[in-house]
Amino acid sequence: MTRLFMFEKPLGMRDTLPELYEKKHQIRTLMEEKIKLWGYQFLETPTLEYFETVGSASAILDQQLFKLLDQQGHTLVLRPDMTAPIARVAASRMLKEDLPLRIAYAANVFRAQQREGGRPAEFEQIGVEFLNDPTVSSDAEVIALMIDSLKSTGLESFQLSIGHIGFVQDLFLQILGTEDRANTLRKFLYEKNYVGYREHVRSLALSSIDKQRLLDFLDLRGGEDIIEKAFAIVENEEGREALQELKELWNIISDYGEQGRVKFDLTLVSHMSYYTGVLFEAYAGDVGFPIGNGGRYGRLLEKFGRPASATGFAVRLDRLLEALGGNGSKEPVTCIFFSQERRQEAFKMAQELRAKGIRAALQDINGVKNVDTFSSKFEDAAYLLGKAGKEQSNE
Amino acid sequence: MSNWLTIAMPKGRIFEEAADLLREAGYALPPEFDESRKLIIEVEAEKLRFILAKPMDVPTYVEHGVADLGIAGKDVMLEEERDVYELLDLRISGCYLAVAGLPNTKMNEVAPKIATKYPNVAAAYFREQGEQVEIIKLNGSIELAPIIGLADRIVDIVSTGRTLVENGLVEYERIVDITSRLIVNPVSYRIKDEPITQLVDRLSKVVTKAGMM
Repeated sequence: MTRLFMFEKPLGMRDTLPELYEKKHQIRTLMEEKIKLWGYQFLETPTLEYFETVGSASAILDQQLFKLLDQQGHTLVLRPDMTAPIARVAASRMLKEDLPLRIAYAANVFRAQQREGGRPAEFEQIGVEFLNDPTVSSDAEVIALMIDSLKSTGLESFQLSIGHIGFVQDLFLQILGTEDRANTLRKFLYEKNYVGYREHVRSLALSSIDKQRLLDFLDLRGGEDIIEKAFAIVENEEGREALQELKELWNIISDYGEQGRVKFDLTLVSHMSYYTGVLFEAYAGDVGFPIGNGGRYGRLLEKFGRPASATGFAVRLDRLLEALGGNGSKEPVTCIFFSQERRQEAFKMAQELRAKGIRAALQDINGVKNVDTFSSKFEDAAYLLGKAGKEQSNE
Repeated sequence: MSNWLTIAMPKGRIFEEAADLLREAGYALPPEFDESRKLIIEVEAEKLRFILAKPMDVPTYVEHGVADLGIAGKDVMLEEERDVYELLDLRISGCYLAVAGLPNTKMNEVAPKIATKYPNVAAAYFREQGEQVEIIKLNGSIELAPIIGLADRIVDIVSTGRTLVENGLVEYERIVDITSRLIVNPVSYRIKDEPITQLVDRLSKVVTKAGMM
């Protein structure tokens, strides 16, 4: 191991300096306020969880988990997402009365990175989980809330793609017959390897009609009309049910007035393996990665002892900030320089300013080597120096 | 720039064939395109911006979204495993990845050494064959390695086989056939779906036509 320089941080870790902190705080507050207005309650869970419980229930790959040992020898993980911890706490405590539950969070999650830069290993997610309500209404609510909360940050150009993992699974299983063969084909989809997908389909011992159905599947992207095209491809009841769900979802999202923000993409699959139904991703212009995603997970809660269906979304704050662009924001601060003789006067002035909500820093003049350079870092400065009664102020 | 498409093109071997293909698909690329030393070329009329990159780097630009699309060899795709859509087999720059070495030699039994530009592909291939090998990463002139005793075998691109023959090497196994692919960033694929679908359609017509000849 090479010797570390004192300025180094672990791979993928980043500092948040004051200007970025302000901006992050503003955006987080805007989203939180919007989410609260929809009746969701925020909570916090521990940073560390057991590998055996939350670690293994989470959909994040094993090699991406930060692991450590506690003093009893249990393996712990730094939480790689918030969905699994919330499933744990909801299943064990909050769902006793078997009612729908609206939970929200803003928390840092940890995913170890092996590749080059541009991928933080720790980043903040803001999201919601709508638990124990299996209706399409709840899927639509979560999608509409994601759109509404993104809009509240001032983000204008963004779009959601909605897919249905149940539809993909039913279609593949129905045409290919076995889970194994469906998995092989799904792997091409998951790897986004359409060339391999087409070659594989052509090599299968299937009727030309079935092959065409699998090839046409790749084109199921677009608006409401895509659902009709998809109906032509499926033949079994489960597949139709999934499409019926999407149709209803579209109608509800239209009632929210947000149909302009969403498109269907039935080829959408996710590395989050716990999704079982509707799933979606959010994209913003000029950011090369999705800024958020979400979907329905029907089986995660039963791992924690309480079978219940749930849906939710998570927005990555770092990518949202990238999408919003601009530099960090700087709040104006007034600096009051004082000398010992006029300390009390200075304190009073600071109190008054702070009472008005103006940020005020008190600076003993003897503590500053270069007053001009230092005062230029503030929007306003007041000088309470020397004998009382002679206040000087620039600007 | 949001309605422009940025395409990452591989410099070198694949470049000309890729440019020809785009021209055949009806994209009016300027003649200086082929000789230019510029790294960014904009074609105002088509609203296309080309960036010229090392072939191995094309998927990186596309994954990070600084290029919407790219043209990359399947060899690079296998080695890099980037999270991008591989939409179309362009059927150009055909070649294959192969295991080669000096004739009539066996691999060292204790620590077989493989020299290659493709460490991930080579490691995965030998693992699937049930062999644990030691990989030595080289950046070029791979054929040197077995001749001067750096490695028992090499894993490299073979197009005509001439380089192997001229250096007294023989091919032992063929790993996988390689052609160039059109790759797309997942976000661009959704946000700029119209111009991208159009480009894919135009290219795929050219490719299928060529395939039938």
